Amino acid sequence: MKKVFGRPESLTDVPFTYCPGCHHGIAHRLVAEVLDEFGIREKTIGVCPVGCSVFAYLFFDCDVICAAHGRAPAIATGVKRSKPDSIVFTYQGDGDLASIGTAEIVHSANRGENITVIFINNAIYGMTGGQMAPTTLVGQVTQTSPYGRDPKTMGYPIKMSEMLSTIKGATYISRVALTKPAYIVKAKKSIRKAFQVQLDGKGFSMVEILSTCPTNWGLSPVEASKWLEENMIPYYPLGEFRIPEEVA
Amino acid sequence: MGEKILMKGNEAIGEAAIRAGCRFYFGYPITPQSELTAYMAKRLLKMKDAAFVQAESEIAAINMVYGAAATGVRAMTSSSGPGISLKQEGISYIACSELPCVVVNIQRGGPGLGSIQPAQGDYFQATKGGGHGDYHLIVFAPSSVQELVDLTMDAFDLADQYCNPAMILGDGLLGQMMEAVEFKERPKVDLPDKSSWTLTGCKGREHRYIVPFDLDPHILEKLNKKMDEKYKKIKEKEARYEVINIENADLIIVAYGTVARIVKTVINNAKKEGINIGLIRPITLFPFPEKIIAETAERVRKFLVVEMSLGQMIEDVKLAVSGKAEVNFYGRTGGVIPSPVEILEEVKKYL
Repeated sequence: MKKVFGRPESLTDVPFTYCPGCHHGIAHRLVAEVLDEFGIREKTIGVCPVGCSVFAYLFFDCDVICAAHGRAPAIATGVKRSKPDSIVFTYQGDGDLASIGTAEIVHSANRGENITVIFINNAIYGMTGGQMAPTTLVGQVTQTSPYGRDPKTMGYPIKMSEMLSTIKGATYISRVALTKPAYIVKAKKSIRKAFQVQLDGKGFSMVEILSTCPTNWGLSPVEASKWLEENMIPYYPLGEFRIPEEVA
Repeated sequence: MGEKILMKGNEAIGEAAIRAGCRFYFGYPITPQSELTAYMAKRLLKMKDAAFVQAESEIAAINMVYGAAATGVRAMTSSSGPGISLKQEGISYIACSELPCVVVNIQRGGPGLGSIQPAQGDYFQATKGGGHGDYHLIVFAPSSVQELVDLTMDAFDLADQYCNPAMILGDGLLGQMMEAVEFKERPKVDLPDKSSWTLTGCKGREHRYIVPFDLDPHILEKLNKKMDEKYKKIKEKEARYEVINIENADLIIVAYGTVARIVKTVINNAKKEGINIGLIRPITLFPFPEKIIAETAERVRKFLVVEMSLGQMIEDVKLAVSGKAEVNFYGRTGGVIPSPVEILEEVKKYL
């Protein structure tokens, strides 16, 4: 019988630890499929974060180093600079990348580090139990914005892709979602482009993936996808913000 | 014999690191160590298979070291007090991951922004861990520009040997002064092969990971105990010190780094006045040379610890002396360097 679907070689057989309806699993799979397609698994070094995806080192079947919260781009810089023939990617959440690690992400982009960043934006801190993230929407209720995010004292949700797009060293920046098959196809294309940029030695690439967190949003998986489409996409528009001609 | 050259302390550290095979340096400017960062830029940016990155922060710099060390190369960062505080998070992660690297602290007055003059107030931070959790650095306390060179090279070797970060704990005086140095031919050291743990891509083997955590407390405790065994071995094998005139002395001064240099003058000046004092100079601060202090305390009844701090190393001296002798203290802080005259006056109080 012809095998039409299977686990990508770049994923181990360790079952994911993610909650039902969480998009981390899809995001992992897409990254793994791209590593497979480029045939780069054996020269890839991943940098996994602090947060729900701290166990990513168990799931990706490539070499992985675990970063302190926010520091993944700095570690990736050290790895890539000392081993330039490797393919280096970071996998970071929104607390990690858009809050505690803003300096690291901005400056690795500004140096044009030849690394790929997978940025999971689910508008909340997942692993610590649902606190406000810099990406939490206005009015969104979390443990630390129990009356809803009030921009007067808590600021507005930060748009990392738009912000990083102002940096010359950032070669490829896109935002994607995973709530329906058409989006997933686009997301994978985008991840492919990001790694292509690195393979071509063209500099910094990042794909922001809008993701659900049904557990901490207090919604069912289906409701969570709907909430993401109705609330997150209007504020965080999908698309490519920076793109080099070669991969357009 | 190699050729002697006149070099500034900070630059000598850089040259020593390069000669020790360090090709990856990540740093951030801070007085009084900035010449080291500039030296590494000047040299490494012109070298092949090397990298110099002026990081956006001390935090980023130490994490770049973390990433580079994971691939198996010799990597270094350097700073002074306030910047070393920022690096503590990364140092703790590197220690937990059991990766080798070298961190240089050219101490200045503290706490807070402090001053930019020499001080020794970072002793606790350097020797007791510094960041969160149970770990130690291998800490060297050079006392001359020549020792900055020799101990920097040793620091890379010991870091590799024990898979542990090592620190050069200098100060603003040592970093800024110029002395003649010689880059000696070093005997070949047998160092462990790194290929069993480096991250190089998983071609031809299982995928590998470096993770500074385990959520299972029993597994993490096992790692803590394994690290403890390593520290015990380091304590047993690597303590270094210099002694001067400890056989017949009426009082022993314990001092390291810059202060020990000054005490050598004090010993000679005291001799002229008929006062017989000795010096124990720790060259490693972790491991602390407690045995020689304990042995000496069996014979000599009086100790004076002199530091450019409010009294930090004195705690380790007291532990080593263990009540067998009187341990007194003299310290200057804020960036003030004690003079030979004032140290001798202090000595006289106890004789």
